[in-house]
Amino acid sequence: MIWLGLAAVAALLALPAVLGPYALTIVINILFFAYLGQAWNIVGGYAGQLSAGHAAFVGVGGYATAVLAAETGLTPWIGMVIGAVLAAALGGVIGYLGFRFGLRGFYFVLLTVAFAEVCRIVVNNWERVGGAVGLYITFTGDPRQMSFQDDRAWYYFALALLLLATAIVWTLERRRFGIYLTAIREDETACEALGVDTLRYKLLAMMLSSFLTGLAGAFYAYRYSSLQPNAIFGVPLSVEIILRPIVGGAGTLLGPIVGSFILTPLGELSRAWFGQGGWHGAHLIVYGILLVAVVLFVPQGAVPWATERLRRRGRGNAPEGARTRQGRA
Amino acid sequence: MSLTAVGLSLIFGVMRVVNFAHGDMMVWGMYLAWLLATRLGIDPYLGFVVCAAALFVLGAAVQRGLVDRIVDAPHEMQILLMLGVALILENAALLAFGPEPIRVRSPLAAATWYVGPLYVDVARLLTFAVAVALTAALYVFLFRTDLGRSIRAAADNPYGALVIGTDVRRVYAVAFGVGAACVGAAGALTAPILPFSPALGLSVSIASFNIVIIGGMGSLLGAFIGGLLVSVAESLGAVFLKPSLKELVSFSLLILILLFRPAGLFGKRAP
Amino acid sequence: MSLLDVRGLAKRFGGLSAVQDLSFTVDEGEIVGLIGPNGAGKTTVFALVSGFLDPDAGEITFRGRAIRGLPPHTINALGMARTFQIMRPFPRLSVVRNVMIGALGRHPHPADAEARARAVLDDVELSSKAALPAGGLTLAERKRLELARALATEPALLLLDEVMSGLNASETERIVELVRAINARGIAILLIEHVMRAVMSLASRLVVLNHGERIAEGRPEAVAGDRRVIEAYLGEEPDA
Repeated sequence: MIWLGLAAVAALLALPAVLGPYALTIVINILFFAYLGQAWNIVGGYAGQLSAGHAAFVGVGGYATAVLAAETGLTPWIGMVIGAVLAAALGGVIGYLGFRFGLRGFYFVLLTVAFAEVCRIVVNNWERVGGAVGLYITFTGDPRQMSFQDDRAWYYFALALLLLATAIVWTLERRRFGIYLTAIREDETACEALGVDTLRYKLLAMMLSSFLTGLAGAFYAYRYSSLQPNAIFGVPLSVEIILRPIVGGAGTLLGPIVGSFILTPLGELSRAWFGQGGWHGAHLIVYGILLVAVVLFVPQGAVPWATERLRRRGRGNAPEGARTRQGRA
Repeated sequence: MSLTAVGLSLIFGVMRVVNFAHGDMMVWGMYLAWLLATRLGIDPYLGFVVCAAALFVLGAAVQRGLVDRIVDAPHEMQILLMLGVALILENAALLAFGPEPIRVRSPLAAATWYVGPLYVDVARLLTFAVAVALTAALYVFLFRTDLGRSIRAAADNPYGALVIGTDVRRVYAVAFGVGAACVGAAGALTAPILPFSPALGLSVSIASFNIVIIGGMGSLLGAFIGGLLVSVAESLGAVFLKPSLKELVSFSLLILILLFRPAGLFGKRAP
Repeated sequence: MSLLDVRGLAKRFGGLSAVQDLSFTVDEGEIVGLIGPNGAGKTTVFALVSGFLDPDAGEITFRGRAIRGLPPHTINALGMARTFQIMRPFPRLSVVRNVMIGALGRHPHPADAEARARAVLDDVELSSKAALPAGGLTLAERKRLELARALATEPALLLLDEVMSGLNASETERIVELVRAINARGIAILLIEHVMRAVMSLASRLVVLNHGERIAEGRPEAVAGDRRVIEAYLGEEPDA
């Protein structure tokens, strides 16, 4: 399995050499949203706390980076980390409030959405950071200001982020932290009875997830050279973030990645197809149909589904020791 | 707004399913009213009946066809399902009607009355009156008719209802349908007042959730009162803060209620 | 000094008093049975003692420490483990993973925890099912899993909540033997049970509850003949 992974990474590293500019853009998006999905996966997939407000962290990270750069000249590379820390702080607040007050399921979802919306409204009305019009980032072509002339730089940036997030998740899966999270997802009360400080672990998961998502904010801001509160804090972005891991398999290592490889090209195609008629945003209908289909027919996601099928073909030979899927069908 | 909240509360109360597509259903109600008005010349204040009926069918169909299959699934799945439906509805509207906001003209809406020193916007008054009437009718339906009682019974105790022979699936479909009908009517009734576009669906959904949580899940009275409360709070907020911040008020209220009293003001069910 | 010392425990729900002025102790290595008719408040006592509910009044001392108000996971770390009347396995995780969750508390490295978990599974004779998802076990197996998980946390006191309910005679016998073996290792046990035969043979002392109050306490034979106990149980279906 490790060899397959390394081969995949090698292929991804070499890909830009063979892709045309349009295809490159698509793959960059694939990788970027896979990263976002993987970051979400930590708290939404493994810990099972559905957050529909992750766009807030993207927004905080993006705005922090851009504002710091504009006002103090701080290079976005450092600003990015600061933004991520701020996002983690927000995540900590949301998580603490939600978990301490015992909000679960739907109520937690609503809390996350409420916070994201509050952020959106606040920034919309905050003239100092651009208000509803947003911020524009001038293109300088200077890598130290996160401005690249060559799209391939963005590609490797996105790839690096994705590998980082995936490596983190891979490590988590094998450490007590990740194992606890999967149990918390199943039954928190039982976890408490077994000595697991569920509040602490959920909070850590939330903060880690929001930190990583915050990093993406800088990427988002500087790649698209503009920040718009409605776009970057909005529910549609949150939906885009969670769609990939859900379709691919929440709580699995490859889920967000596979999900992004399925969804992003589909989205692009739909966007192009619908866009011809001048209908913007209608490609989301494809997302909607896919989401409904997945929930009805493949609720555990593409990766577990495929793994299960392969396992049945292979006469129950579990690869790499039984702990690969841990009985999760 | 209260009417939408009531519909949502009904759906949740009976099904324990959270209808994320609520707002988008309402938007379809609005568009339907517009169609009726422009193609057939039917005034929304009369046409809302058709809208309600159409959405009843939609709601029941969604329930039977989709929600029913995952009734036993973990809640996250239900949330996601309705999210998917919301996406479909919203973007279907976008495809069908385009993104530009439109308004429905109603001859009744143009008039204003003078009541003593105040002048009253007839449209809003009419909307309010009809909403109250519908809510009252809903109340009668739920508490006085057999079907209504079955719905409430199924809400309280699904297994018990099964035991005494209630066709639970049918009851669920009806409940969902009624909830959707409420929102369809609400759509038609507000169409003359508010400019609307497909994007409105999301804000309506969120606003409805606000109201339902604040008023209390599962409590229809709570939903109604909650609606009034939120509207008042928002209006007050608009007086003191910039108008665009008024949503902040309801969200802050939501957060506070979620934290301290998730059952809401009248709610029967704690999370 | 007792292992567990409960004094004046009380809990009300709304207007109803679930537990009133309850006091009892559990000494090291003892097996104490907590019995009483349905609704007597036994599971409430468990929830209060293990930190899942906050008492309205009373003191709880465990191993010399006051534990009232501590969260369940802290109490577990101090050496008290409990099982649940309605079992709560982690259905999608494998059996061995389930037990590992308990073991990870004292063995943070997953490899150590897994080894320890497998050892415990051996004790409860579930090793053959180690890799299977917990959701697919039979009732009796799930009971043993519940027991295994609690054991994996290496408690000094084990709270067992109706661990024999729903089992047939031979399965019950198996669990009784298991509980004895656990106790033989020095783990004290407080058990709630309706299966009288099991309680009588296991417990060295019984505490009888009715309407949240202690109505009798003592050796099983003595308690069985106590008039108040018999009256409390009248109207109850006698269990085998």
